[in-house]
Amino acid sequence: MSMVTLKAGGGRGIATALAVLAWAVKFVAVVLVIATFSFIIVRAAPGDPAQVMAGQTGAADEQMLAQLRQEYGLDKPYVVQLASHLKRVLTLDLGYSYRQQRPVIALLAERMPATLLLTGTAFLVALIAGIVLGTLAGIRAGRWSDTFLSVVSLLLYAMPVFWLGLMLVLLFSVQLDWLPAFGYVTIGVEMSPLRRVFDIATHLALPALSLSAVYLAIYARLMRSSVIEVMHQDFIKTARAKGLAQGRIIARHILRNAILPVVTVAGMQAGALVGGAVVVETVFAWPGLGRLTYDAVLQRDYPVLLGIFLVMSVLVIVLNLVTDAIYRAIDPRVTTRSAS
Amino acid sequence: MNRREFAKLMAAAGVAGGTEISWGLSRAVGQTRGGTLNTIIQPEPPILVTAINQQQPTLTLGGKIYESLLRYGFDLKPMPGLAQSWEVSPDGLKYTFKLFPNITFHDGKPMTSADVVFSVMTVLLETHPRARGTFQRIDKAEAPDPLTVVFTLKQPFAPFLSSFDCTTAPIVPKHIYEGTDIRKNPANAQAIGTGPFKLKEWVRGSHIHLVRHEGYYRQGEPFLDEIYYRVIPDAASRSVALEKGIVQLTQWTDVEFFDVARLQKLPNLEMTTKGYEFFAPHLWLDMNNRVAPMNDKRFRQACSHAIDRTAMKQRVFFGLGKEATGPVSSKTPFYEKNVKQYDYSLDKAKALLDDMGLKPGAGGKRVTINFLVPPYGEIWQRMGEFIRQSLGRVGIDIVLQGLDLAGWAERVSNWEYEMTVNLLYQLGDPALGVSRSYVSSNIRKGVLFSNMAGYSNPEVDRLFEEAAVATDEAKRRELYSQVQKIVVEDCPLAWLIEQDFPNFVDKRLKNVVTSGIGVHDTFGRVSLG
Repeated sequence: MSMVTLKAGGGRGIATALAVLAWAVKFVAVVLVIATFSFIIVRAAPGDPAQVMAGQTGAADEQMLAQLRQEYGLDKPYVVQLASHLKRVLTLDLGYSYRQQRPVIALLAERMPATLLLTGTAFLVALIAGIVLGTLAGIRAGRWSDTFLSVVSLLLYAMPVFWLGLMLVLLFSVQLDWLPAFGYVTIGVEMSPLRRVFDIATHLALPALSLSAVYLAIYARLMRSSVIEVMHQDFIKTARAKGLAQGRIIARHILRNAILPVVTVAGMQAGALVGGAVVVETVFAWPGLGRLTYDAVLQRDYPVLLGIFLVMSVLVIVLNLVTDAIYRAIDPRVTTRSAS
Repeated sequence: MNRREFAKLMAAAGVAGGTEISWGLSRAVGQTRGGTLNTIIQPEPPILVTAINQQQPTLTLGGKIYESLLRYGFDLKPMPGLAQSWEVSPDGLKYTFKLFPNITFHDGKPMTSADVVFSVMTVLLETHPRARGTFQRIDKAEAPDPLTVVFTLKQPFAPFLSSFDCTTAPIVPKHIYEGTDIRKNPANAQAIGTGPFKLKEWVRGSHIHLVRHEGYYRQGEPFLDEIYYRVIPDAASRSVALEKGIVQLTQWTDVEFFDVARLQKLPNLEMTTKGYEFFAPHLWLDMNNRVAPMNDKRFRQACSHAIDRTAMKQRVFFGLGKEATGPVSSKTPFYEKNVKQYDYSLDKAKALLDDMGLKPGAGGKRVTINFLVPPYGEIWQRMGEFIRQSLGRVGIDIVLQGLDLAGWAERVSNWEYEMTVNLLYQLGDPALGVSRSYVSSNIRKGVLFSNMAGYSNPEVDRLFEEAAVATDEAKRRELYSQVQKIVVEDCPLAWLIEQDFPNFVDKRLKNVVTSGIGVHDTFGRVSLG
């Protein structure tokens, strides 16, 4: 919002305030549109929570189905349900999961730390390793080391994540016994805070690695092609002609320009990562948001699902802002005007 | 005669046994006290109150927290639970239960006959569909003194005594639920029962931690200090957990069938399929009897002849289970084996199809049928494929359609299907678990696990009804034998497999599976060594 550095001036201040206000209105409108769409999509799926409960308990009668539907408010007209959903959105009320008998906000808050830890770690690993490897491949384009790196990243990209996860478990947990096979922390052991941090880190290693593989491959390949493209541009030749050291050229000129597409793509993917990663969380029994979302879909737990969608959409919008800010920091040519 | 049989006799004779001789109160020789049991709970239950939620995982775990009046042996005969003895009046209307003294809830408050009456008449009738079916037959429930409960029925109902296991009739505290909205009571989060274990911590998505209930009424129980139920959603990870000794027990579908043979070779584990007698899961090919050609008995019989159950058992379930021959499981007391046999015979199947005029057209296809694959996991997809192959051989072209649970339940319960497979529990008595799928009075649109195929036969209705209210065991047996013969001849469904589920038990564990409800039992007598 205030990413724009403006010279303080009379008219300028008002303009800024108006810009912020316009942005806020847009933000609320986008959230409401998303909320409406997610309501329609969620409700378009066949079946309802009462049917699911009946299917899972192996016994049902009319009374149970009616009770459950009443609890979920499904006995009211569709439009009334949508209106009350939007009202909850505007009052920042995420609702209540009748199925789990807990407020949705509590369910989300429980899962958020584990999710952010896993996806954040995986994302950083993928970003840093991807940029480094991509750059190395780019500046050595055509040589054997480039070929090797390209093959590795292609393999990582093509490997199904659950298979990679299981292979890592077989190697590091079952065969070598170095790392735990699944879980978030060792259960049933009293630990000092430091031990606990270490324990969570060892549990985090394999799932984070599995999750980062695909993203690492994407960033590496993107970085490589971007580096090759930038290297052949005139200003690099100029820099060389000026007699700048190779290291300085790579860091100051090539990287700074080549990294832009990676930032764009990573920014888009960061949003998706906040939602957790269903497959990795399942393989490693990681108590994250991805599994919660997946289960809520299967169980038609509407309040949980809509709550997650809402939080996710807000986070994605915020992350887009952050991406824009990073973009501006790297590339001064980008202005608010062209960004909007 | 061992101690257990003696106690059973005492109980059956209505002798109010003292706390020393009743079954399960004796300190078994050479059992260690203490230790931790790690096992699996999958999928994670939404809540732990079995009175409100009857999903499989809830029942498995809830059996440690909530108890009922009775328990059931492998032969499904009742054994003492919270009740140390019981009596049935000769006319089959009056059931009198005597409770053990000194039973306490996890919050320290005593459990008395008032809690039993409240649980059955106020809570379960309101919240538990399966219990509702039985307990709405009660005319009045009384608690003449703190240790006596008397139920008087409107008319005799033979399986009444089969309805007091911890999954059907869990006893909840009156002082917590009285006058509240049972489903929304905040105390549900704490799940307060009388069982040997109480809830200490539930880290969602990770594990549920149960610890010893110090005030447990059975002397010396529980042996274990604590139980961890770990949520492990991925089947491969569950197998790894078992192999590495992270868990010492698995149940139901924790281990995939294809992994059973491999894990059976592990020296530190024992595998048993016992402990599912009360549920006796029965698997069948479900055909919508309202839709042509399924409305023709000959077509359904042809399907039954076309499926090689033995091959199915071997290929799909890797040898676990038993070929089903009719609507009643051979694991239950009223099984009749002398019924029409549907041996595997493609010729018989084709002859029946020819006879009804369903001739093969282009490419040998007679008819195309849509088959809904149930959403309970990989194995159901395999079943669907097996059935498609089998029926394809006689010219019945099966199109598989996958759905998730909500979609499947919606379609099947509203009769918008042609074929699917279904798995139902027998629940200890045909009147509880079997008749519901065949009697006309239970054809109820929108209700899952009612009589969804739409089979209707007045004679069958009459026999099931008579057998449910008959008080004489021999009479019941005769009625059930008759009805089984008719139903198998009519073949509304094609019964496939009496499913077995593997329990892998660490050899150091004692007394894990000791009754017909197996892993749902209290685990009060389970010990490590």
